[in-house]
Formats: sequence, structure tokens, C-alpha cells
Amino acid sequence: MTQFLSYAIPGLPYGCVFALMAVGLVLTYQTSGVFNLAYGAQAYASALIFYVCVNAGWPSWAAFLVAVVVVAPLLGLAMDRFLYRFIRSAPVLVKLVSALGMLIAIPSALQLIFGNQQRLAPPSLWLPPSSVYFHVAGDAINGTELSTVVVTLAVVLLASLMSHFTQIGLRMRAMAESPRMVQLAGINSELVGIAIWVLSSFLAGLAGVLLAPLFADLQALNFTDLLVAAIAAAALGSLTSLPLAFWGGIGLGVVQELLGGYLPSGSVLSSGLRPALPFAVLIVLLLTLPGLRERWFHDDPLAGCDPPPPPMATTIGGHGLEGFLRAGSWTVLAVFFVSCLTWVPGNWTFTLTQGLAYSIVFLSIVLLTGMSGQISLCQASFAGIGAFTCAQLATHFGVSVLVGIVAGGAVAALVGVVVALPALRLGGLALALATLAFGLLADNVGFQFAWSGNGDTGVSIPRPQIGSLNFTSGKAFFVLAFVALVVCSVVVLAIRKGTTGRELAAMRGSELAAASIGTNLVKLKITVFAVAAALAGVGGALYGSLQGTVSPDDFNSLLSLVFMVVVVTTGVYTVEGAIQAGMAYVILYQVLDYLPSQWRNLFPILFGLGAITYALHPEGVVEWQRRRVIELVVDRRKHREAVG
Amino acid sequence: MAVVEACGISKRFGGIVALDDVSIVVEQGEAVGLVGPNGAGKTALFDCLNGVRHCDSGEVRFEGRLINRLPVYERARLGIGRTFQRLELFAGMSPREHLMVAERVHRADGRLWKDLIGRGRARATVARVEELLVELGLEEVADDPIETLSQGHGRLVELGRALVQDPLLLLLDEPASGLDTRETAAFATILLEVRARRTTAMLLVEHDLDLVRRVVERIYVLDFGKLIASGRVDEVLAEPVVRRAYLGDVT
Repeated sequence: MTQFLSYAIPGLPYGCVFALMAVGLVLTYQTSGVFNLAYGAQAYASALIFYVCVNAGWPSWAAFLVAVVVVAPLLGLAMDRFLYRFIRSAPVLVKLVSALGMLIAIPSALQLIFGNQQRLAPPSLWLPPSSVYFHVAGDAINGTELSTVVVTLAVVLLASLMSHFTQIGLRMRAMAESPRMVQLAGINSELVGIAIWVLSSFLAGLAGVLLAPLFADLQALNFTDLLVAAIAAAALGSLTSLPLAFWGGIGLGVVQELLGGYLPSGSVLSSGLRPALPFAVLIVLLLTLPGLRERWFHDDPLAGCDPPPPPMATTIGGHGLEGFLRAGSWTVLAVFFVSCLTWVPGNWTFTLTQGLAYSIVFLSIVLLTGMSGQISLCQASFAGIGAFTCAQLATHFGVSVLVGIVAGGAVAALVGVVVALPALRLGGLALALATLAFGLLADNVGFQFAWSGNGDTGVSIPRPQIGSLNFTSGKAFFVLAFVALVVCSVVVLAIRKGTTGRELAAMRGSELAAASIGTNLVKLKITVFAVAAALAGVGGALYGSLQGTVSPDDFNSLLSLVFMVVVVTTGVYTVEGAIQAGMAYVILYQVLDYLPSQWRNLFPILFGLGAITYALHPEGVVEWQRRRVIELVVDRRKHREAVG
Repeated sequence: MAVVEACGISKRFGGIVALDDVSIVVEQGEAVGLVGPNGAGKTALFDCLNGVRHCDSGEVRFEGRLINRLPVYERARLGIGRTFQRLELFAGMSPREHLMVAERVHRADGRLWKDLIGRGRARATVARVEELLVELGLEEVADDPIETLSQGHGRLVELGRALVQDPLLLLLDEPASGLDTRETAAFATILLEVRARRTTAMLLVEHDLDLVRRVVERIYVLDFGKLIASGRVDEVLAEPVVRRAYLGDVT
């Protein structure tokens, strides 16, 4: 019992933070219908501002006031008023991508403002972190732990008192039941909604400040993990029950530490499973709770008939322009190809080759999300599986690297089938979260073994070589990657134009109707997941072979989110969109590399904010601009004809 | 021979009995109505027939074959077509594309390898699809995005999508809901023409009794999950028990 307690008690502070976040998430999801994935970023924002203020010599109460009482609610309110408010009845993908954009943009924006140096030993909110106050069951309770638990309990007590004994609390509870009914009762539900966002953002800020000192340094990634833990806790309460979400959070924190205590120490299992627990719990819950699964489906009744993506630029301009544009794009392609082989400097050829590899990975997102309407947030993990398979085959079994690249795709496809099996039952947001959890599992456990990604050390992949044909030089490898991209594009185009593509589009439109005309959705989903995973795997293996050495960090889950946002921003419906996204991704990165290191944060900010345009321009930024130009040309031509 | 024969179908949702020992038969080429107040279990019965839901007990036979456990798509391939009360259309596709995809799936042409070698590529026009578009009066809007079409056109597209597969049984779930009187009359005319040219059996759920009278020969009446009457349309609608279910107790 003493041992049990000594393992369980250190879990309480984590549990408290999870619980705060879970309660905040449920609050806003229930009342606004937007699943606020940027919640982790809000927590990070407050933690960072608190850190900066305290380090500037402010007393911690003043820093707390600024970071948690002022900035956190303002940030949340700004997101609601300027973004979420407008997309409440939008399709899941729009809501998800907008929130993802914020999740990626906010931490980078903060680092751009405050600098991205390492921030060690985050300060504790209330009691000094190092001093020990008392012992429970042999555990020394330090200031951080004590203040986390006490502050959480105080806040939760206050909040529940408020919700039960005040007017606004009553209205908030009513809002959580049904915003529309509240409005019908003559209450300004917008105002109550604002109050809820303020409360929820305050909880995020508080959780952020409380969580920070539990880690050695302040990292944005810790807060993404925190977000997933909070989602798992919220899922324990079926995303509806605040008390269940709260206790779910506490329980998750405690069980996590218990696992750490009882599992054999030092093994990958204990070091990996402990942080991976929330993700595993989330996957299991999504798959097993039928109520939860159906909850995600309570979409807008009109969601099946969203406005279609606007016509492509070529179809607006008519046939003459279409031919002209086609010729133009072939010319650009030819010039690009020849240039890379001739005058482009080596480091840029390298960058552009990276772009080709990324384009292949991005094709998988076009196939899966653009063409089939399935949201997967683990495509970077599939790329990793491809790369690591290729590396292991080449190093340990002497397999030719070219074969290894193909094998990487094949293994990724197999894993894709395994991931698709749960996808058969999930859809929309649930699928997105389950794949995100899968990606985090891969980061924390799957890629840590010597036989897979080999942890931080990583693995090496040589450049391919067949007989006298040698791809070690930058230009030769460029040709290889170019050919691979062409092959992959042709595959995606063939699927799109064929019957499978039509069935995919039908499935995207209405799964029920697709099944009722005889489409085998099970087979179709498995096929599309497998092909997409194979594409990502091939792209990842190519990328690995280009880099020479890759580690799990090159394929972490945060990258999966970035990939999704980048592709959706640039254009998720077309093959060109994937290629433009791949090129834009590396070129922008390389250009920012010339700037001082802090400015590299502009990269996620640009794409993060770009993701917001998705709500208005689902066809993607490039297509949208091209259409504007063409409309201008067509208008001018018409004008000239009218005058002449 | 009966196209579909459902025996003793029961379905519960939690504590609610949606269907209680319901048995119906639709003969080949026959048009049958299924009426009853809202919540009587009509859509639940449709769901059990085409496989969206599985019934708790009872048997569904299609052309004599037991199909209780078959998933939706396999029942569709056997020849059960369906339209939906709340339109289920493919966003972003035109009416022609709706019919084309249904036609290709019907011919079981959806093999991935065929697509990869370019064999699965859809031809620009398919005779069957074009004929059907004309028959349903959709040729004018055949290439418009589905989102820009009216409810009435949407219902016709759903009908066409089912008909292009030559179903042996067509389940029509309130095809007139959301249509005005004129549109409903036009829809009835089209349904009658469709019937005249094909041997497709129909099971029609509908509140508009004029439409039901025009199209079907006999009806079943459901109330609170129970079959309360069946037979020729006018006789059944005159029965006191049916009038009570529809109009409430008149004393």
C-alpha cells in the first residue's frame, strides 16, 4: 500500500493539470461545437509569458495576473471572436485545420517575439519548487507539486460554487446543455459564450503555468502532449461530463505514474509506455465507446452538401486559356528540371530534391484527405516507417537501397492497413484524433527501438546504387527523386480518374449513400489508407536516403500536423497542389534560413495563418490566386470585346 | 415470387420498441405503400431491409435468400436500391457523375489495378446514364454541381442513382417530403412512367396519400412499430383503426 501510494502521489500534480485542461476543452466543445485543438498552444502561451515575466524580476503574483488572468482569456477570446465564431457550422475538416493552424502558429509567434532560446527551470507559481514541505508515504512533496494540487482544487471548488450559486453559472450550465434553448429563453447566448471562452482560456493558462515547472525546460511539444492527455481525459467523460472529465484527468495522471513505478525500469516499455499512456487510452476509448463515436457525427445536417470546391482556374478561362496554361506548366517543369541539372547551386539542388520527396509524402494527404475526405494526422509517421524500413534493410540485410525504398512503401502500406481498421468505424474528428494518438505512440514507443528508428541516434541510409548506375551525386539523386515523384503522381491521377476515384469522391460526399449503391466502404478505406501510407513511406525513404541519416525527430507527430496544414493551405484537391506544397515548404524554409535564427519561426506562422484561409478558399492559396488572375484576364478580354 | 419477404421483424432502440413483429411481402414488380404517423417505424423497417441496421429478431429474405446478416453494399449488389428521406447526395459531383459512379459500381468495375493501367477510366458518356437522365428530366442540369439544384431535382438524382443499377426492389423513403404540390405531382408522373417501363418492385414510404394512391396498389400501415392494417389502398385508409392512428380518436 505504501509503495502504491508512493507511486500514485507524484501523479497527482500531472493529473490536476490534465483535469484542468480536460474541463476547459469540454466546456468550449459543448457550447461552441469547435474542438479547440489550439488549447495546448494557449497553455504554452501563458506558461511562456509567466516565465518571461518572472525572469524579468516581476513578483510571481504580478506575472500570474498578466499571463493567466489577462493574456490567456484575451487570446482565447480573440480566437473565438475572429475565427471560431465564423466556422461553428463548418465541416469538420475546416474546423480542425483552422484549430491546427493556430496550434502551430501561436507557439512560433511567441518564440518570434520572445526569442527561441532554451528556457530551463520554469518557475513555480506559488511555492518555491525545491523546498520540501512534508512527506506522504515516503514521497517528499515539493513546492511545485503542492502548489499545483492546492491551486487546482481551489480553482475547481470556486468554479463549481460559481456554477451552482450564481446567475452566470446557471446560464453557463444551460449553454452546455443547449445553446439554442438558452437563446430561446431570452438570454444573450453570445455573451454567455464569451464568458465560457474566458473561463476556459483561463483554465488553459492556469494549467500551462502549473505544468511548466513539472518539466526541466519549457518546450512547446510538452504542451501538445498535454493536449492529447487532456483530450483522453475529456473522452473519459464522453466529451460531455465535466466531473467525469475532471476525475478522468486526475486518474490518467496517477495511472501514468503507477505504470512508471511498476513496470521494469530502464526498459523501452517503461520509458515509452508511461508518456504514451494518454494516447493509448485515447485510441482505446475512441474505439470502444459507441456513444463517443456517434457524438462526433452530430454534424450540421447540411454538412453532406457543403459548397463544392470552386472550379479550377482552367475551367473558368475556357479552352484556349486551358491549353496555354497547360503548355505553360510543362514549360515551367522542363525549365525547372534542366535548371536543377545545370546551373542551380548544389545546396539548392539538395533543397529542391527535399521538396520532391516531401511532395510524394504530400500526395498521400491529397489522396486521403482531398480525394477521400478522411483526415489522418499521422502521415509523417508513415514517412518515418518507410525511411526506417529502408535503413534497416540496407544496413542489416544488405538490400539494395532502391529495393529498400519500395519495401519501405510496402511496410508503410501494411501498417496503413492496421491503422485503417479502426478508421472503418471512426470518421471526422474521431479519426483525426485517433491517428494523432497513433503518431504520438510511434514517436514515443515505436520509433525508439534499435530495430526501428533507433531513438535519438537515428539510422543511416546510403544513396542507392545499381551496378554502374550511381545516385550518390546530388544531381543524379535529383533525377531519381523526380522520376519517383512523376510515377507517384501518375498513380494518384490514375486513381482519381478511374472508378476508384469516383467511389472515393462518393464516399467523401455521403458514406451512407455510397454503401447503398454497392460500394464496399471497408475495402475502399483500407485500400486508400494503404496506398496513401505507401506514398508517404516511399517519400520518407527517399528523404532519408537524401539526408543520409534520419532520426525519429525527422518524422515526429508535430510534423504530421504541419504537413496537413501546409497541404491544405496550398491546395489539397489536386496533384499539383501537393507538388506546390512540397516546393513551397522547402523553398520557404531555405529562404528563411538566410535570416537570423529567430525569424525561422515565421515559417510555421505563415502556414498556420494560411490554414485559416482554408475556410474561405478550400481550393488552396495557389489555385485561389491563379483563379483571380485568370478572372482578371477574362474580364479584361470581355471588356475589350465589349468596347471594340 | 416474392422479391422481399420480411418475417417477424423486431427492432429496439434502448427501451423503445421501433418495430414489433412486423411482417411484409413485396411481390415481383409490385408497388406497395408503407404509411403511418411519424415515429411509426417506417424508416427503421427500411433500414432493416437494406442493411443500414440489423434487426434484433426476424428474417429478411430477398428472392428467397436469407439476407439478415449481409452488409448494405452486398444487399445493394443483390438488387436493393434506396433513396433517403434526408437527401444523401455526393457533394461536389454533378447529377451525371452521380449516375456514372452508380453505374460503374453496378458493373463491379472498381478494381484498383484497372485504374492504374488506365482501363478503369470512366468514358465521357454512357448510353444508359444518358437515357436515364432524359427519362427523369435531368438533362438540363446534368452537369451542374449538385449543391445548386433544388430539392426536387435532388430527389430525382437519388431516384436515378438507384435506377441506373436496375434494382429488383426500390425503397423510396418519403420522396415527396420537401416538394410542393406541383413538384409532387410531377414526381408521381415520373414514378408511374418508371414503373411502366421496368419490372422494378417498389416499396414507398410517404405521407402524401395522393401520391401513394396514384402509384401503389396496396399498402401496409404501421403505428408504434406494429403493423395495424394492410390491403387495398382505399379499403385500408377507410378502416377505423387506421383513421384513429392518423387522426386520433374522434368521438
